[in-house]
Amino acid sequence: MATPVSPVIEFRDVARVYGSGAAEVRALDGVSLTVEKGEFVAVMGPSGSGKSTAMNIMGCLDRPSSGHYLFDGVEVGGLTRDQRALLRRHYLGFIFQGYNLLARTTALQNVELPLIYKGLGRAERKAAALAALDKVGLADRAHHDPSQLSGGQQQRVAIARALATGPQVVLADEPTGNLDTRRSVEIMDLLQALNRKDGLTIVMVTHEEDMAEYASRLIWMVDGQIQSDRRITGAG
Amino acid sequence: MLWETFKLALQAILRNPMRSFLTVLGVVIGVAAVIAMVTIGKGSTAQVTADVERMGANLMILSPGQMRFGPNSGGGSERAFALADVDRIIDQVASVETAAPSGSASQVAVFGNTNYRTRVTGTDSRYLVASDWPVAAGRAFTAAEESAGKTVCILGETVRRELFGQTDPVGEKIRLGAMSCTVVGLLAPKGASSFGTDQDDVVLMPFRAYGRRIAGSMDVPMIYIAVRDGVSMERATNDITALMREVRRIGPGEEDDFSLRDMEQVASMLNSVNAVLTGLLSAVAAVSLLVGGIGIMNIMLVSVTERTREIGIRMAVGAQAGQVLLQFLVEAIVLSALGGVLGVALGLGLAAVGAQVLNVPFTPDAGTIALAFAFSALVGVVFGYFPARRAARLDPIEALRH
Ligand SMILES: Nc1ncnc2c1ncn2[C@@H]1O[C@H](COP(=O)(O)OP(=O)(O)OP(=O)(O)O)[C@@H](O)[C@H]1O
Ligand SMILES: [Mg+2]
Repeated sequence: MATPVSPVIEFRDVARVYGSGAAEVRALDGVSLTVEKGEFVAVMGPSGSGKSTAMNIMGCLDRPSSGHYLFDGVEVGGLTRDQRALLRRHYLGFIFQGYNLLARTTALQNVELPLIYKGLGRAERKAAALAALDKVGLADRAHHDPSQLSGGQQQRVAIARALATGPQVVLADEPTGNLDTRRSVEIMDLLQALNRKDGLTIVMVTHEEDMAEYASRLIWMVDGQIQSDRRITGAG
Repeated sequence: MLWETFKLALQAILRNPMRSFLTVLGVVIGVAAVIAMVTIGKGSTAQVTADVERMGANLMILSPGQMRFGPNSGGGSERAFALADVDRIIDQVASVETAAPSGSASQVAVFGNTNYRTRVTGTDSRYLVASDWPVAAGRAFTAAEESAGKTVCILGETVRRELFGQTDPVGEKIRLGAMSCTVVGLLAPKGASSFGTDQDDVVLMPFRAYGRRIAGSMDVPMIYIAVRDGVSMERATNDITALMREVRRIGPGEEDDFSLRDMEQVASMLNSVNAVLTGLLSAVAAVSLLVGGIGIMNIMLVSVTERTREIGIRMAVGAQAGQVLLQFLVEAIVLSALGGVLGVALGLGLAAVGAQVLNVPFTPDAGTIALAFAFSALVGVVFGYFPARRAARLDPIEALRH
């Protein structure tokens, strides 16, 4: 399978087309890129430029209409739905703009959710979930429901959930989109620390320049294509 | 994983207890109906069997006419038997142990200033032998009393209690209509019959006395026959039928104008009536289960829609289609199985009350309970599958956007 030097994410001329005929939308239009292990990539661009579409494909939630997507050297286009679910389960973590925590379910149980599907035993699961909550500084909120947590705290629970399984890549689509500047900075500090200390690979979509500066690389998209792709010196 | 799924299902169900309860009401009613009907049905079948055993499996009833059921169905048009027929059967049929005439009428019995309406049966002491019914106190009729048609009587337990209470009736005189008769004995208590009638609600008197003073004729409406031990009922039936055809001058090829039934036949007739009733009510129960199943399907579809985002989250973190399907299927099964549990409890309660009222034994049956429970779970599988499949087929991206 993958050699240590192979990129964890590789797009080869990926297109994603919605609809057909006059209603056809080319959400992605010939995108090629690679993301190496340990990178922190920020993706920016105007609304409708295809950022989320690209993230969905990276996250194996969607497949390219044409072109190739290789995750850690594996051609995702040839995988079944269930095989892609397994990729997500073992190698991918998601952070969403709207947190997407289960309501009326404690922080701990939310973080345990992916571990259940991973097949961990009860005690093991709890330990891993608590460790992940500890990492995001919420060990003392383990038994709180999302409704009892602030937006920033909820997003940190979501990050803990994404981290709990020890994924290769964490994909974050506008993780600070619902947060004020102070909370956003806290979240970005956290993500940056995870990237720098633990070598976690992160791909993050954002609309805010300030947040993008935490990354080590910035990709700018327009109309389903990459307009620029450059290294930046991470802030913080 | 399965245990997690089960716990999750229980949580989801208990999150909306009222809604869950209303959803499973159809299943509860269906299962309760099945359990109650089958339990009572089994109880009365057991009762019939016990009656047959108590009355003696070797007992036969000879009555005039065809295709009638029950001892009191002899109409005016049918040729009754004569007392001489009873003697002929005893003397000429080797397979017969004994036989006794029987005729009954409703009468008011009076003792002192107590009145009680009961059934007076004219017969003789061979009847007590044939039906294996011992005299508990006093004595049976003497041969002299029987041939002379003396007005003496033997009381059933119910009549004794109603008329005499604490006093000893043996030797006392009671009035039956216009005649007065002396109590010579008491019958052992027998309890209710399969027909639900109280067998102890009876006064026995010699047939000749009954014929002369109550029926106004010596026609014998019915003959009880006890078959000798070790003789097959079939042989006895053939022997008795041959004799009666001869006595009643029925030509070859002509139909019998009498019928002969053994208690097994009576029991199987009763039991088949029972089975038809049980079947009918089970059909009603099945419809109720069907309606209950549709209710479960409906609420599961609502649940899938309400929890679309949850499904999306689960898929994003790695749940496979089969796992989502299982989650909702298990939820539907747990829901309807809970309905099954409630239904079993309710059904047993109803059966216990029903058994009391109908005077049959309460015999809950583990097999029936297990079957009803399994059936309710099956309802969950069948009606939960479609909503669960809908959940499993959701597109995770769409679901997350919900
Ligand atoms: N399911 C869909 N069906 C049809 N068109 C779609 C669908 N999803 C996305 N699109 C279209 O694809 C294009 C790219 O959408 P996408 O969500 O990737 O944009 P984005 O860059 O994430 O925008 P934003 O910054 O607003 O989130 C848009 O024109 C959008 O309308
Ligand atoms: Mg987007």
